[in-house]
Amino acid sequence: MRVVLAEDLFLLRQGIIQLLEAYDVEVVAAVDNGTDLAAALTEHKPDVAIVDVRLPPTFTTEGLQAALTARREQPGLPILVLSQHVEQMYARELLADGTGGIGYLLKDSVLDDEQFIDAVRRVAAGGTAMDPAVVAQLMTSHSRDEPLAALTAREREVLELMAEGCSNTAIAQRLTITEGAAAKHISNIFTKLMLPPSSDSNRRVLAVLAYLNA
Amino acid sequence: MTGGRGWEHEDMKTVPVTWRGRVGRATLDTLVGVAIATGALLSVVLFVTTAYFVILCVIGIGFLALPYLTRAVRRLCDLNRRAAARYGVPVERPYRPEPEVIEKDIVGWMRRCKWILADPATWRDLLWLLLNCVVGLVGFVPAALLYYAGEGLFLACGLWRPLADDGQGRWYAFVTVGSWPAALAAALLALVVLTGWLFLGAPVLKGYAYFVRFLLGPTRQSQLASRVQHLSETRSGALDIQAAELRRIERDLHDGAQARLVSLGLQLGAVDRKMTQDPEEARRLLRQARTSSVQALRELRDLVHGIHPPVLAERGLPDALRALGLASPLHVTVVVDLPARLPDPVESAVYFAVSELLTNALKHADAQRVEVVAWREDDTLHARVTDDGRGGADVSAGSGLEGIRRRLASFDGVLEIDSPPGGPTVMKMELPCALSSPKTSSS
Repeated sequence: MRVVLAEDLFLLRQGIIQLLEAYDVEVVAAVDNGTDLAAALTEHKPDVAIVDVRLPPTFTTEGLQAALTARREQPGLPILVLSQHVEQMYARELLADGTGGIGYLLKDSVLDDEQFIDAVRRVAAGGTAMDPAVVAQLMTSHSRDEPLAALTAREREVLELMAEGCSNTAIAQRLTITEGAAAKHISNIFTKLMLPPSSDSNRRVLAVLAYLNA
Repeated sequence: MTGGRGWEHEDMKTVPVTWRGRVGRATLDTLVGVAIATGALLSVVLFVTTAYFVILCVIGIGFLALPYLTRAVRRLCDLNRRAAARYGVPVERPYRPEPEVIEKDIVGWMRRCKWILADPATWRDLLWLLLNCVVGLVGFVPAALLYYAGEGLFLACGLWRPLADDGQGRWYAFVTVGSWPAALAAALLALVVLTGWLFLGAPVLKGYAYFVRFLLGPTRQSQLASRVQHLSETRSGALDIQAAELRRIERDLHDGAQARLVSLGLQLGAVDRKMTQDPEEARRLLRQARTSSVQALRELRDLVHGIHPPVLAERGLPDALRALGLASPLHVTVVVDLPARLPDPVESAVYFAVSELLTNALKHADAQRVEVVAWREDDTLHARVTDDGRGGADVSAGSGLEGIRRRLASFDGVLEIDSPPGGPTVMKMELPCALSSPKTSSS
């Protein structure tokens, strides 16, 4: 797997490179600003771009903008965005084209290397990886909505994990339930939220995120 | 959508005036003029009495009536200020604020008299009363024009015949109405006068309005004085707020991230000791240390968000307000029309104010829907937050609203609350976009 990394803090950039290389992920380019990022993405066409939202020269949302532009030029280019804080608005912008291959994680997530690598792999494969903090925000902003209030506590847990981008297997593992039980919960959730059922895991995640982003 | 009284006024000016409308307005001008002229006659009385009692103050008796008289004088002046505002010349009240605590006894009475006599505006009022005895009579001009036009028309209708019985005819302006052709001329003249009545009333009264502003408006000096007072009040408010903020940040850091980092250090020290003897325990401690660092990060993130929300720094006010709307469990509609970035402190003040108002709508008002509208008009930023909750919001009830008001005051901004019991609640904020506003009035 080939990765382009954009992170302006030297220590963090080196740390992420070491982490990725420890798991046999090849970092083809590591840049520290938005301009270089755009060039690197065009040149290397990586399997996934790992991008810090805030980059020089403007220190605003340079990284996010560069990534979104690159994704318009190379449709489906998987992007994993890292940030010091999560903002529902940015999640919405990232997910706007509804095609997956999107990750949005807090920088804290690199502290747990296995989960981080798992997220990188998932995004590269066209899946999604949303930080629990993003999902929590989404759930809060919908906490008063009828269909969501009708979910049981367990179903809410399953929904949250699904929104984070987990597959049935991963959900079952995290909640220590059987895969069959997880599938049952998921089908209940889809009925209650009046979403069209789908057997494809990625598409289901996207449907849930689209619902929560509405 | 933009609402407000200012717009209605604007409409009055721009709507094309029909003949009917013009006659109506001329009639209104005539009535206002008569009222002003009556005020002029009243000025004579008030001036004489006030001057008399002020002189009597020298031997003490005058103090008894002074506060009552001043109230009457100021009321008359206020009426004239209102009339001036009608003609597009707004006049602010220049009086010094009344002392807040006034004893009910003789000491309080004397303090009130001192407050009145020490205010230069009192003396300017008196001067205005004196001059207004004469100048105010211009208020009769529209009425006189109307009367004269009426007289001319009546004469022309044939009334000149009985009046001209002595064969002399009757003078109307420069025409002796003694024959039908002269009557026709008089009729034409009367029409000219009538046209004058239709069009001259407003400008004459506007001229009078400038006279009112000249003496009854605040002088440069009183403007500066009240500005200084406003600034020192809001400055101490701003300093208090800032100090409280710093204390909060210090406490949060001390109890939060700092403590977490200490415990992280301790955990790593324990790992160091256990590394060789008990690698399994060391590994457990390392995992704990990782959790500690995640927690420290989370606390720092919350703290940063409270100091200056990252989305505000990254995207500016419009998107930051939209983000607030997205994050709220309420149905929030955000309509923002701001062409350019505003100074950081202004954006931050508005952001936190709207954030607080949204929280109030959720927690206290039990609202379902909220509308946030922000726009810029000239150099003023307007923001309005409307919710469909149960209303009854009150500045004194919660320190939250008072806090917003104080925060906005340090930018010369205001918070207007309209929250009848049962709702809906409308909160309006207005603050100048430029930080160092050149204005000298205290609003």
